[in-house]
Amino acid sequence: MKIIVLMKQVANKDAVLRISPDEKWINEADVAQQTNESDGYALEEALRMKEAKGEGEVIVCSLGPQSAKTVIKDALARGADRAIHVVVDDAKSLSPYQIASAIGDAIREENADLVFTGLQSDDSSFGQTGVILAELLGIPHATIVIEVDRSKLDGTVRLKRELESGWYQWFTYQTPALLTIQSGISQIRYASLKGIMAAKKKEIRDVAPAIADLAGKQTIQKVYLPLKTKQTQLLGNGDAKAGAVELVEKLKAEVRVI
Amino acid sequence: MPAEPQRRRIVEIRSMILVFIEHKDCVLNKTSLEAIAAAQAIGKDLGLKATAVIPCGSGECPLAQEIAGYDLEKVIVAKNEKLGTYTPDGYADAWEQVIKATNPEYVVMSHTYQVRDFAPKVAARLGREVVGDVIRYRAEGGKLVLTRRIFLGKLDADVTVGGDAPYFVTFQSGAFRGDNAAKGSSAVESMDVAVGELRMTPEEPFQEAKASVDLTKSEIIVAVGRGIKSQENIAVAQQLADVLGADLAASRPICDNEWLPIDRQIGSSGQTVAPKVYIALGISGAIQHIVGMKNAGTIVAINKDAEAPIFDIADYGIVGDLFEAVPVMVEEIKKAKG
Ligand SMILES: Cc1cc2nc3c(=O)[nH]c(=O)nc-3n(C[C@H](O)[C@H](O)[C@H](O)COP(=O)(O)OP(=O)(O)OC[C@H]3O[C@@H](n4cnc5c(N)ncnc54)[C@H](O)[C@@H]3O)c2cc1C
Ligand SMILES: Nc1ncnc2c1ncn2[C@@H]1O[C@H](COP(=O)(O)O)[C@@H](O)[C@H]1O
Repeated sequence: MKIIVLMKQVANKDAVLRISPDEKWINEADVAQQTNESDGYALEEALRMKEAKGEGEVIVCSLGPQSAKTVIKDALARGADRAIHVVVDDAKSLSPYQIASAIGDAIREENADLVFTGLQSDDSSFGQTGVILAELLGIPHATIVIEVDRSKLDGTVRLKRELESGWYQWFTYQTPALLTIQSGISQIRYASLKGIMAAKKKEIRDVAPAIADLAGKQTIQKVYLPLKTKQTQLLGNGDAKAGAVELVEKLKAEVRVI
Repeated sequence: MPAEPQRRRIVEIRSMILVFIEHKDCVLNKTSLEAIAAAQAIGKDLGLKATAVIPCGSGECPLAQEIAGYDLEKVIVAKNEKLGTYTPDGYADAWEQVIKATNPEYVVMSHTYQVRDFAPKVAARLGREVVGDVIRYRAEGGKLVLTRRIFLGKLDADVTVGGDAPYFVTFQSGAFRGDNAAKGSSAVESMDVAVGELRMTPEEPFQEAKASVDLTKSEIIVAVGRGIKSQENIAVAQQLADVLGADLAASRPICDNEWLPIDRQIGSSGQTVAPKVYIALGISGAIQHIVGMKNAGTIVAINKDAEAPIFDIADYGIVGDLFEAVPVMVEEIKKAKG
């Protein structure tokens, strides 16, 4: 069984973001990077499926600049078998269709049984790269997958999708299929020292893609800080304890819940 | 006699916005009314008429009459027995045909989990993509500039789409008000659509074990997010909840980690609440969380990141460490209560 996992490098969750001078993105140079959160879960699920099956191969694929090697190496250290790096320096200017199309070209010939992606990226949040990729590969897809029945994997895969407001639904899919994985599907393992050593010998294949123009591409014209919708009373002026005292006053005098 | 002028070319006129009506067993998903309101607003700005599309299994569609009561060009019921239960393959086939038959300028939908599942597939088939989870738009030179949140809600981006119509747009829940959808009277039309092989078989939707706490009835909620750091620290928030007579709730990662049971989760995949007071401790304010609590009477946020999106909707905020603030609050409340 062959599983391909898409993993994207994104700005660290807690990073302080500065808008770039052209106002079209952030200054990436001064921001720490990390693996997109749901992609980590996608990898974990792929590794668990391989382990449950007792055989198979997990291949990581990332599209991005050379710095994305950090994401790839970490995935190899956690247990992925090899990697495909679609090298694109200016990945942020690509639209989801272009990303899906470049990744599709790079993985099509692998003929994987399953392709896993995260359900959305924490920077662009298109929420559609996986779905487009499935269409381009001609395989069915399921989004927001929160459980996979690992006991059943012979030409079909049974999976649980999250619906809104606490509802769920099981589906059985023909394979090959593409699943977009929801965060929290399982607990993510850490890379062991042994894993890190083993990763050094694993294959990372660099691919230089031909990025096709897309007439219907979406383009960012301007990035800015969100407009505030509410006038927030900020309390304590940076002193949390003083703020707490003031807040209790407010809860008593203005909100009247004490 | 001069010949009839032959200059006038027959131009294909795209004059329509298609708007998707989501339902389960003909029970309307209310966010579709927000999509109607959005389509009507765009229609007004661009001089286009909106047409609603309801995918439907066989038989009469009771929903069609309800939707026909809105100010629309018409209502199209796209029919095929394979559309009785939602599948991405079925819906994609149906939509592809409706779009090809009607030639719309825009396709407008609410950014629900179902739409996330099939809309990008439909767009991709037509060589297009979706501008997703849009929070507002403005019309400029006959086109739309669409605003989306990026970087987990920390920044806004104005986005344009190139190429020819149709353009696909999904709007975030709450971007438009469903009760603002203009009423009217429109004709209902049925369209038989062909649906190919479905490569997936759905089972019945279900709810996980019944919720043991009903947070929708809570007056005061103290909610914890990832800023609480560990399961042991939940006690800090519990103390605050106790002195306030509040219920404890959480963001998704806390429930994913099983630090609190899943029935305490607030947000799009958890509960939707509207207490008198909602106190968010170490919660960043991602949209999927906010949709579950933004209607609270008073929102209080304690977060050490001044830029956290939760402050956009907070009435009172403390920029600082919750582990400093909360114990002081507990003492002060005890004092105040005497
Ligand atoms: C389809 C989908 C469905 C989802 N459904 C839900 C849902 O139902 N509910 C939900 O909540 N989320 C949901 N999410 C996840 C959501 O997008 C966010 O990832 C999640 O809400 C983040 O939780 P958080 O705010 O606790 O964590 P983070 O985003 O990591 O934020 C932690 C915050 O704590 C602050 N902090 C850290 N330390 C301290 C300290 N000592 N004192 C004060 N502040 C501190 C940080 O500044 C940060 O702002 C969903 C996502 C998707 C894509
Ligand atoms: N540049 C990329 N490299 C690898 N995977 C990606 C890339 N962009 C998107 N993906 C995958 O597609 C998912 C959805 O991304 P998005 O459509 O941007 O929300 C992510 O969680 C990744 O798994």
